[in-house]
Amino acid sequence: MTLLEPASKLKAKFGDLISEPSEYRGETTVTVVNAQEIAVVCGFAKKQLGFNYLVDISSIDNYGSDPRWTVVYTLRNIVNGVEIRLKTDVSEEKSELPSVLGVWRTSNWHEREIYDMMGIRFTNHPDLRRILMWEGYPYFPLRKDFPLAGKPTELPGVAFTKPAPLEGGPFVTLPSGAGAINREPRVRTVEN
Amino acid sequence: MQTQSEVGYNTKIEGDVVLTTVDAALSWFRANSVWPMPMGLACCAIELMAVGASRFDISRFGSEVMRFSPRQADCMIVAGTVTYKAAGFLKRIYDQMPEPRWVIAMGACASTGGMYRSYAVLQGVDNVVPVDVYVSGCPPRPEALLDALMKLQKKIGKQPVVQDMKMLNLTKSEVAA
Repeated sequence: MTLLEPASKLKAKFGDLISEPSEYRGETTVTVVNAQEIAVVCGFAKKQLGFNYLVDISSIDNYGSDPRWTVVYTLRNIVNGVEIRLKTDVSEEKSELPSVLGVWRTSNWHEREIYDMMGIRFTNHPDLRRILMWEGYPYFPLRKDFPLAGKPTELPGVAFTKPAPLEGGPFVTLPSGAGAINREPRVRTVEN
Repeated sequence: MQTQSEVGYNTKIEGDVVLTTVDAALSWFRANSVWPMPMGLACCAIELMAVGASRFDISRFGSEVMRFSPRQADCMIVAGTVTYKAAGFLKRIYDQMPEPRWVIAMGACASTGGMYRSYAVLQGVDNVVPVDVYVSGCPPRPEALLDALMKLQKKIGKQPVVQDMKMLNLTKSEVAA
């Protein structure tokens, strides 16, 4: 079927670098074992397999397990609508992988956002600076060890932050199956 | 016809003459021609646009011109979520407004940070600028913003005008003396 075809072609070309493609609910995922080769794999995916649209680059913080970072590339072939997902693991000591700017120019800002929020650096990126927070902000906010309320910082002349009052914690709702009364946002533990 | 305490006016007796104090007259002028500067940052800006449109007309309160330049505006309506990154330039724009100036914090995000209790959102624009009227709602109904404007008009009506001008050496008597 056409869904697994590009994944099999990737596996055929790169061999051990690519894991076996897994499929779940119509979405194909492929793990690239060595993160330093991601630019080569993406270049092949764009030029030979026709994945000309980079949908998103996102990152996962596996706090507590090594390697800590997983970077996920979602690619799409606009012509025939086929999508594929590439995942790579990066360890915390290295926290670096090559930029795919040479393949898709749109990855410029996606990689800047990942650097801003997680602290993963991208080599060969011409302008790797913070995009959502300001230059000089000392933390990486979307890491799992950073509190939602934020930490106090002060950069005179630029910006300041103060921890936000959470008033007991994030108020969470339930999925739409529960009744309206049960879906009231409140502090929830695992039981409720 | 209702007569207010500072206005003694009866057309049948006095004709088209109004007796009032300079303070009251100047405050009345100021209150009924508040030119807003829309600091429309997020969804509340859509409701602000609705207030400016024809159904919930804000121009019947004198605020027809939405001056996007702070130098020409009286009141800054902060409509939307203020992030810590935006707080810097918001203060700069407020500083550029000439006195007398007022601020309306429209919506939950501008008043207190709203539902965004997070590392990136300023928990209330009153951390950087002095706010005169807070409007609650997410977003507030256009009628609520008009109510806030009316409250601001009452507040402006109570502000002493001639006294301030004297302090700033703006009245003729001071200049002559």
